[in-house]
Amino acid sequence: MSRKSDAAAAGPARSGPRTTIAGLLGWQRWLGMVALIALAVLPWLHSGYWLSQLTFVAIYAIAGFGLQILLGFAGQVSLGQAAFLASGAYACAYVERIGLGAPLGFLAAIAVATALGLLVALPALRMSGLYLAIATMSFGFIVEEVASRWTSVTGGNAGITVPAIRIGGMSLGQPWQIYYLSWAFFLVVFLLSANLLRTPAGRAMVAIRDSEIAARSSGIRVSRIKGVAFGLSAAFAGLAGALYGHALGFISPDQFTIAMSLDLLVMILIGGLGTLRGVIFGSVFLVVSPELFQQLIGLFTAGNTEVAGLRPFLFGFSLIFVLLFQPNGIDALVTRAGEWLATARSR
Amino acid sequence: MIAFLQQIVSGSAVGIVYALVALGFVMVHKATQVFNFAQGELMMLGAFVAYTFIVLFGLPFWLGGVIAIASVALFGAALDRILLRRMVGTKPFTIFMLTVGIGFCIRSIVMLVPIWGTETYSLPSPLQGKVFSLGGLIISADHAVILLTAALVTAALFAFFQFTRLGLAMRAISQNSLAASYLGVRVDSLFSIVWALSAAAAALAGVMLAPLSFVHSDMGQIGLKAIPAAVLGGFDSLPGALVGGLIIGIVEALAGFYLPEGVKDVAAYIVLLVVLAVKPRGLFGHADVKKV
Repeated sequence: MSRKSDAAAAGPARSGPRTTIAGLLGWQRWLGMVALIALAVLPWLHSGYWLSQLTFVAIYAIAGFGLQILLGFAGQVSLGQAAFLASGAYACAYVERIGLGAPLGFLAAIAVATALGLLVALPALRMSGLYLAIATMSFGFIVEEVASRWTSVTGGNAGITVPAIRIGGMSLGQPWQIYYLSWAFFLVVFLLSANLLRTPAGRAMVAIRDSEIAARSSGIRVSRIKGVAFGLSAAFAGLAGALYGHALGFISPDQFTIAMSLDLLVMILIGGLGTLRGVIFGSVFLVVSPELFQQLIGLFTAGNTEVAGLRPFLFGFSLIFVLLFQPNGIDALVTRAGEWLATARSR
Repeated sequence: MIAFLQQIVSGSAVGIVYALVALGFVMVHKATQVFNFAQGELMMLGAFVAYTFIVLFGLPFWLGGVIAIASVALFGAALDRILLRRMVGTKPFTIFMLTVGIGFCIRSIVMLVPIWGTETYSLPSPLQGKVFSLGGLIISADHAVILLTAALVTAALFAFFQFTRLGLAMRAISQNSLAASYLGVRVDSLFSIVWALSAAAAALAGVMLAPLSFVHSDMGQIGLKAIPAAVLGGFDSLPGALVGGLIIGIVEALAGFYLPEGVKDVAAYIVLLVVLAVKPRGLFGHADVKKV
């Protein structure tokens, strides 16, 4: 099955003219620019529901970049990413509530999440595969329970409201302000992640993913690199958590459950494992597709009743479909469409 | 002292349910090297099917239970036949994610079926409320039946793997499926049987758990508690899973009784993390040496 799809992916490149790669690059850059401009002007055209949904696309993508570095680059699985989002969200909210301001709040979110990530990395360095998945999942459950019991900081199960971001005398509480802030952070994290792959540490991560023993034999300090991967993924998740809290204005422990960790995992698999573009596609899928389907169903049933099982239904079947028929996710589909366009144009 | 023993008894009853789900994890992992994340959802499905037959159709409890177990076992075999067989030879992580997807699907189907949905139902057992005392110790009939059934099932499974030809063939494929297939073992159909058995164990756990708690589409979460049980017992041993489940159940009950509120819900995971920090491959796990 995978052999077939490999052949199909290689097909047009082999038979088509040589401009394929250059054409693809041009096409990608072009699409990226259009997307950026569209995102930049959107708040002037629309200020309702989809603006806040797109804010969540950016936020999930930031957390997704972190998980992609950990899983797609370094090959280490985590079923506990929600714990890092939670620690970021609560740390940021706490620092702002005691009046230290938003910049310190965001720094605290990243610092606390990174510290927790490194803490998890310590035992995790000795585990792999199944046991790592189970250990990170257990960590997630423990953080969730702490969040619901440590009432003085987290407000317990009732949750807490997150104050609007204030920098100097300026308040950034409007949806469009959070939107721009999230996408600005998205760009920073995207550029950081894209460049990470070109650094020695990034290359070492990929080496560890492909063969830990070979990597160790060629002098890579496996533990240190894995630690960096855990730290970075937790830091991005912490940042995403801080933005998540501000975008919603309210946080409670039942938002940061294993369901969120699984959503993030499903998201990068459907988008495409091991590519940063895949994270973006996955994030769009995660946020937009349940909404689209809900509205589609609404058209036929003429009612506005929420269909309860729709989200797991969509994610579950898409995930199974991707794993069986398109192991490289939406990203591979888009790449193939781009190649097709490039060859069609040059004909 | 009586209070302490009382906690141990009720802890074991819950623990044995964890153990049954854990048996499913262990059987599938042992034979096919797959970690089936949907095990908890299979338990939930079993509880819902039993609820449908017993409460909605008015069948006797035991008959509804048997129907639920049989149909979920068939469902498990079908999962293997339709989905997992196509994945043989791919990376363990990919197959793990496939079972995550299967879990999502089972949950969504239960939520979308009109007579099930997201409501909470109760499934009363015929023994509800009956208790008997044993020297001051009060044991509910429900708990006693659960403990007995689970002990019998585990013993039967153990005997099946140890003393029958089919069981021998299954042990063979768990050691080396390629070599076993050369010796004439039909690996494909055995995988389906293993999936059916583990789904049946999950459904049985669901049927027994439902009278103790409730029937709800989120009940699969309880199946996640079985993961620490499976790890504690070493992921490859059936009696180990039983012991692991009992330990987790008893630790939880004691933590709920003696320690501050909240510790109970995460006690299983704390025990698990401590064990994994000391022995990264579980209590009875073997370090696998890889030739390069």
